[in-house]
Order: sequence, then structure tokens, then C-alpha cells
Amino acid sequence: MIRTGQVLVLTALLACAAAWAVDPTHLADPKLQARYVALTHELRCMQCQNESIADSPVDLAADLRRSVRELLEQGKSDAEIRAWMVARYGDFILFRPRFIWRNAWLWSAPLVLLAIGVLVSWRIVRTRAALVAAEPDGADGEP
Amino acid sequence: MKRFLLPLGIFALVAVVLGVGIWRSPEKGVIVSPLLGKPAPQFSLPNLTDPAHPVRSADLRGRWYLFNVWGTWCVECRAEHAMLLNVQRSGRVALIGLNWRDNDAEALSWLQQLGNPYQTVAVDRSGREAIDWGVYAAPETFLVNPQGIVVYKHIGALTEEAWTREILPRLPPPVASKS
Amino acid sequence: MLPELGHFALILALLLAALQALFGLAGPALGRERWMAAVTPAVAGQAVMVATAFACLVSAFVGNDFSVAYVAENSNSALPLFYRVTALWGAHEGSLLLWIALLASWTVAVAIGAARLPPRFAARVLGVLGLVSFGFLLFTLATSNPFLRIDPPAPDGRDLNPILQDPGLAVHPPILYTGYVGFAVAFAFACAAMLEGRLDQHWARWTRPWTTAAWAFLTCGIALGSFWAYYELGWGGYWFWDPVENASFMPWLVGTALVHSLAVTDKRGLFKSWTLLLAILAFSLSMLGTFLVRSGVLVSVHSFAADPTRGVFILAFLIIMIGGALTLYAWRAPLLKSSAGFELGARESFLLFNNVLLVIAAATVFAGTLAPLISDALRLGTVSVGPPYFNPTFMLSMLPLLALLSVGIHANWKRGRLKDRQRTLLYTLVGAAVLGCGVAFGIWSHGALLTPVGMTLAIWIALSSLVDPFDRWRRGLSLPRAVIGMTVAHLGVALAVLALTTVQSFTSEQDVALAPGASAAVGGYDFRFEGVKPVEGPNYDAQGATLVVSRHGARVAVLKPEKRQYWVQRQVISETAIRMSRGSNILVALGEDLGGGRWSLRIQIRPLVSLIWLAALVMAIGGALAASDRRYRTQQVAAAAGAAAAEPAA
Repeated sequence: MIRTGQVLVLTALLACAAAWAVDPTHLADPKLQARYVALTHELRCMQCQNESIADSPVDLAADLRRSVRELLEQGKSDAEIRAWMVARYGDFILFRPRFIWRNAWLWSAPLVLLAIGVLVSWRIVRTRAALVAAEPDGADGEP
Repeated sequence: MKRFLLPLGIFALVAVVLGVGIWRSPEKGVIVSPLLGKPAPQFSLPNLTDPAHPVRSADLRGRWYLFNVWGTWCVECRAEHAMLLNVQRSGRVALIGLNWRDNDAEALSWLQQLGNPYQTVAVDRSGREAIDWGVYAAPETFLVNPQGIVVYKHIGALTEEAWTREILPRLPPPVASKS
Repeated sequence: MLPELGHFALILALLLAALQALFGLAGPALGRERWMAAVTPAVAGQAVMVATAFACLVSAFVGNDFSVAYVAENSNSALPLFYRVTALWGAHEGSLLLWIALLASWTVAVAIGAARLPPRFAARVLGVLGLVSFGFLLFTLATSNPFLRIDPPAPDGRDLNPILQDPGLAVHPPILYTGYVGFAVAFAFACAAMLEGRLDQHWARWTRPWTTAAWAFLTCGIALGSFWAYYELGWGGYWFWDPVENASFMPWLVGTALVHSLAVTDKRGLFKSWTLLLAILAFSLSMLGTFLVRSGVLVSVHSFAADPTRGVFILAFLIIMIGGALTLYAWRAPLLKSSAGFELGARESFLLFNNVLLVIAAATVFAGTLAPLISDALRLGTVSVGPPYFNPTFMLSMLPLLALLSVGIHANWKRGRLKDRQRTLLYTLVGAAVLGCGVAFGIWSHGALLTPVGMTLAIWIALSSLVDPFDRWRRGLSLPRAVIGMTVAHLGVALAVLALTTVQSFTSEQDVALAPGASAAVGGYDFRFEGVKPVEGPNYDAQGATLVVSRHGARVAVLKPEKRQYWVQRQVISETAIRMSRGSNILVALGEDLGGGRWSLRIQIRPLVSLIWLAALVMAIGGALAASDRRYRTQQVAAAAGAAAAEPAA
């Protein structure tokens, strides 16, 4: 029932889940080091797809971390490094969906929902408050 | 009272999304390569079998080639090896290998034992070249046209199906055989 | 022999579940008393059959019966007995059997409690549960039979995944599933009410304890999963917004909303159709979780071996159950109107906001989790979603909720009367702000903006929750268990906010490369690396490191992280070493051999992290206390004609 391909994907996933990466890379410049840590946590390991390259134990992740370090030392900005990665691996390598039109629905969803929530709540409270106001001042319920 | 149908409507949409998800799930894990339609990376890498002549992308211009990423540590590569030999025998397209993060001696011994389907094998010991191609799991195979553009990428062992349905139709018709 | 018995028992269970559903649903509809009377025996019979099947599978594992395919794939003769038993639910087929067994247990519990319910309603509840059981049993028998044999039998098993060879496996899935499955009870109550065509305050009163109990179990289940990931799997964090984690979190969020919405329906007969919808939604999300884990549509480190065929089956099941329930809803809900009113500052208002914000949170998590699928289906290409999306969007709905909690808790039903509580509100807020900022800036001298905000919120919630119970106690008034439960649960929330704020703000982490004898300083502690030695375990070989941890020169602990290689599956697993010290957790994980005796190590100091799980436990205890309040049990059974006596406001 389980195809070979799936078994292999599973094995790869198990390798990912089994251990985590320890990355003692330490860049001399503390600002670069901070950017390195931030970037490596934001980039997805393409093999262990639910881990960042900072945490993934596989060789590919180590290679990608090395690329990040080299790009930082070449003076590239964070945006340039992300673009470099996306040019090679596509959007999937980013954990943070980019702010582009394609993802508009995703980033606006919470705000739209919040707006709807506020509207709905307002209407309900208005209706119910009117019902109470119409009553003679009676007893309330206890908390 | 239409608003009471709203939950059902939303659920229907969700069910459709999930259904599409299952329908397309055999393609799961197959990330569409951003290289498709773009120029293949330029490279100049050591040659596994002929250290005096590095493998250069410039030299490969002007003809179709399959760029196959493999390693002796890779189980699926072993599985696809027979297919690669078939590809070589067909003579339809040159097979260029990229030996990814491997050991030269072991790679040579592998090719000796199992047969060498490659016209040339480039060596990427550090893994940097593979990253430029967006490789994330061996084996991966890229089809590059004579202008140097990547036209197709296959992830996983190369199958007969991929060869006949995706690669062969893109190649120019075979040279007329000797008659 | 036993596996065949187990298989047969499952088939019988399927038939009994079908009968349970048939008698339970058709009996009341057709007025057949005898059919309704047959439901309870069907429930009992199904439970016995499921227990038999379960026992057969356990014995196959314990007895190392490798002629059973499932045992051969998930066990091994060298596997310690404890793990041989827990391996039963370590993979897809067995975990389904666990689900079915827990569903049978809940059904039996409901059948016992049903004595206090009107017979027709009780029959319907059990009938709906029977339908759910039927679906799961059919799914198991058709696509995921754990009793399939292989011929010839395997000489030995492929062993349980080493990650799962841990005590966490014994508790996390069972308790988590108990929570998931428990929402089926609320779902069944909702469907029964819709089938009756009547929903009154009795209904809410009956549903509340079951829902709160399921919620408590789910809280514990999720916390255990997080705890397990942190301590044993060594992933270094407690929450990853992984799709499968989200699949358990969404029903929890909606379940929390449901618990609160039921309170409003119980007390004032309001929000009836909304409560129904939430009950359906909570269970739908449980089922969706099942789907996501087993169908292969999403990539996750948690998921079972994916199989699209199973996905199709579960999806069909989902469509029938949920589609059916929502159709019932569309039909019946318009009839549920109430004319009660409440003011803006009333308790009902705040509970409305609570519900709205929790549902928005759940919807946001839903959007992020399914984003890859949605984007793909809409032909928008791939999108990738991770913590950088979930964290800010989740906070967007949670922060207002936490702030409103402290205000709303003082509000009276119907008329609020918050103006009378102005002084209390002011004192609690100011007190919390002073303490919160004091702690944030005083004890630790750094932190983000959210640190004092989080601290203030946590303390404010705690103070606000204690005001009224304290006041009642002082005045010698009765303190019903439900009120104590509520207070405890809200204190749990305060604790959780405090713990999360602290951990997020004050964690120190460093990856280092050390040679034997060398030291590293992290978070105020000194770590001296003593080297790595080989270690042998019951079914693994390991490399064990020793680190001596000290603070200001005084030795605090000796930590021994390991990297284990299990004999059978040959995977290398990292065993993190963890110690508590002064309320913080010190973690060390062993990395790579860098040659020459040097090794890379990950060191983390996480203050107050254990509070997170303690907070969850406190919340669950609160839930358990509330659910066990006597007033849910001393209920008059409403007359068969449906004319219930007016309930005194309690």
C-alpha cells in the first residue's frame, strides 16, 4: 500500500526529526552574527521541510547555512540574501510569506476577520442592548 | 434565513480545497523549480574522470544535455542507474553527471562497478554548485536546451514515464539511423 | 488465532455500531420504544467488541507475533515491554484503533449518564455517536486493518521508531485523543437537539460538563505533546506551528469558545444557534485533524505514512458527517430565537467578544495551516507559512482577548454594572501594571516591548480572577465548584501568559564548539566540557558527553547528553540533557564530532519554561472542577412532552 517513494520520503523525514543541528558558527561581527541567526531561522530546510536551516541536521541545511554566511560576509543585505535563496528554491524556502499580491489573502485574512468580527459584535450588542433598554428596570442575573 | 446556509457553504469550499489537495498530492513535495525557463547556472567544475579538463557550462552550449545530480550515498540514485544507462544507449541526449558531496574514489569505483552512463562527470564536493541549481534531494535531473535554458526538472529517480513523456518530446527528432 | 479474533471482533463492533446508530436515530423518529431500549445494549456490545479487538492487538505486540504485519512494522523482540505495548498506537492503524476504543469509552460514559436525560434525546445522542463509530470502524476495516497477516511471518520486527521509544508515547496520544473524541459528545448533543427540533437551557446544562471534560483532556493532551517535544525529542522549542500541532490547536480554540458560549446559553438562553454551530465546528476540526495527519496533503514531521486513498475515505466521511450536521443546522437554527437582551457592558457582551476573538484565532491558524493547499487550489502557486506568520497574527486576536478577560470577569449578567466596579478595575489594572513592569524591568534588565505588556496582562488576569471569589469567601457566601473551577482555569491562563512572556523574552541560547576541558559561558552559567565516551543501552549504542555546570564557581549540575544509534533502525537520535536550576531549565544537546576530541554542543537556558505546562495542567484542573459541579448532576428529567419547569437562576 505504501509506495517506495513514500517510504523514502518518510525515511528522510525521520532523519529530520531524529536530531537537531548544532551550529557553532560564530561570525566575528556581532551584528552579522545576529543577522545570521535571524536569517537561518527564517529559511526553510528544503529536505526537512518543517525545520529551519538553523535547526535541521541534514547536510543540505549545513550547506545553506554556509551560503548565508558567505553572502553576509560579502556584504549582501537581508533582502538580497532572501532573494538569492528564492531564485534558487522558490518561495517555499521562506517561512514568512512574502508581501506580494499573491499572498494578499493570507496576510489580510486576520485583519479582514477582525473587521468582520467587530461589525458582527457591534450589530449583536446593539440589538440586544435595545431589548434591555425597552424593559422596565428589573433585576439582573448574578455573575 | 440565508445566513444559516453560510457555514455549509464555507464547508463546501473547504471540502473542495481538501479534495484538490488529495488529487494533487502525488505531486506533493515536488516543488516547482524557479529555474524552469531560466538560464542554467554557469559553472566550471573538476572532472571526475579527467582531471586535466574541467567541466564547463560554456563548453556544453549548443546542444541538449541532461544534468543528473547523484551520489554514491544515495539509494534512489542506485535505483535509477539502469535507467540512466538506457538513456545513454539511446544516444538521444548527452548525460552530464554532477557528483554531489561525494568521495572521488568511491564515485569512480561505483561507475566502474555499475557502468558509466555519463559523457562527463563534474564534481561538486562542497555542495555549492548543487545549491545554485536548487537541488535539495538526490537524484535530480535537469534538461537543458542548446541555448542553455533549463526546460525541465525531474526530482527523484528518473523513470521510463518521465523519459518518454517529458524528455523525449522536448528533444529534436533523432538523427536518421544508418540504413 | 488471536489476530483473527480481533479482526472478527472489529467486524462485530461495526455491525453493533450500525445497530446503535439505527436504533438511536430511527427509534425516536418512528416512536419505537423497543428500538430505543435496544440502544444501550448495542453500546455495551460495541464496547465489549472493541475492547476485545484492542486486547488482541496488545497481546500480539506483547507476544511478539510477527506474523501480524502491523506488529512486524512497529515492534521488535529487543524492544522493552513497556514500549511494545505503547507501540500499538505508534502508527496509523493502531492509532485508529485507539481512537475507536476511546470513542467507545466516551459512548459508554454517556450511556451511563443518559439516565438523567429524556429517553428520546438520549437515544439520539447515542445514535449519532454510533454513526461516528460506524464511520471510523468502516474506515479501519476497509483501509487500515491492524490485523492483517503476512506470510511467511517476519523473523523479527522493524522496530518502533526510536523517537517514539519514550514515556511520552504512553500518555500523549491517549490523552490527546480522549480530548478529540470527547468533542464528538458535544457534537452528538448538538445533532440530537437539532433532530428534536428543540433546544432549551436544559440542553446547555446537559452538554456543559461533557464539553468541559473533553476540553480539559485536550488541554492536557496538547500540553503533553509540547512537553514531550521539548524534553525528549530535543527540538529545543515547545511549539512550532507545525500543521499537525495546529490541527490539535484549532479544536482547542473553538472548544474554549464553546465552553464559554454554553455558559451563556445555559444562563440566559442566548446564543443558541451559535453554540450549536460551535459544537459542530469543534468536532469538525477534530476530524479535520485526523484527515490532515493521515492523508498526505500536508508535509509534517508528525504525519503518519501518508496515503491518498485513506485521505479520500476520511474526506468522504467528513463530508457526510459535517455536511449532514450543517444541513441540519441550516434547517433548524432559524427556529432558535430568543428575545433576551443585554447591555454593552454585560457579561454576555464580553463572552461574545471572547467567542469572536477565539474563532478569529482559530480561523487564522486554519488559513495559515491550509495556505499551501488553498494557494495551490486557487492556482496562486506555492506559498510557505511558518512561525513568522502565525506568531504575529495569533497575537493580534489574543492580546485583546486577554485584556478583555480582566474587565469582563467583573461584569454582571444582563446589565453589566461595570460602573459599580470601576474602583476594582482601576486598582487591579494599576497593581498589575506596577508589578508587571517592575518585574520586567527590575529583575531582568532587558526585554522587548511585549515583556512588560505580557507581565502586566498575566498579573491583571490573576488579580481580576481572584477578586470575586475572594470577596464571596470573605462574606461567607457559597462558592460553587463551578466558580472555583472557572477561577482556577483563568489563573492557569494567567500563568501561561506569564510563562510564555518570560520564556520568549529571556531565553539564552548558544551553539558552541568545545574541546575537552574547555568552557563556555551562557546565560550566567558556566559549562565545562569533559569529553565524550561510548555508552551502551538496552537497544542502542550511544556517544555520551559530560558537562559540568556551575554558577559563580559553585557546581550546579552535571549534564550528560547523548547521541544514540538504535540497533534495528540505525537512526541516530539526539538525547538532550535537561536540569532545573533556580526555576530555569538548562539544556544541552550533543552536536557533531568536529575531530580531535572537539564536539559541537547546543546550550539553552530557558527560564520558567516548565510553567507553561504547569499552566496547562492548572487550566485542565479548573475544567475538571467545573465539570464536576453537582448541579450538572442533580437535574430534573424534563417531562416527555417537553414542557420543562422554569429553572431558577443559579
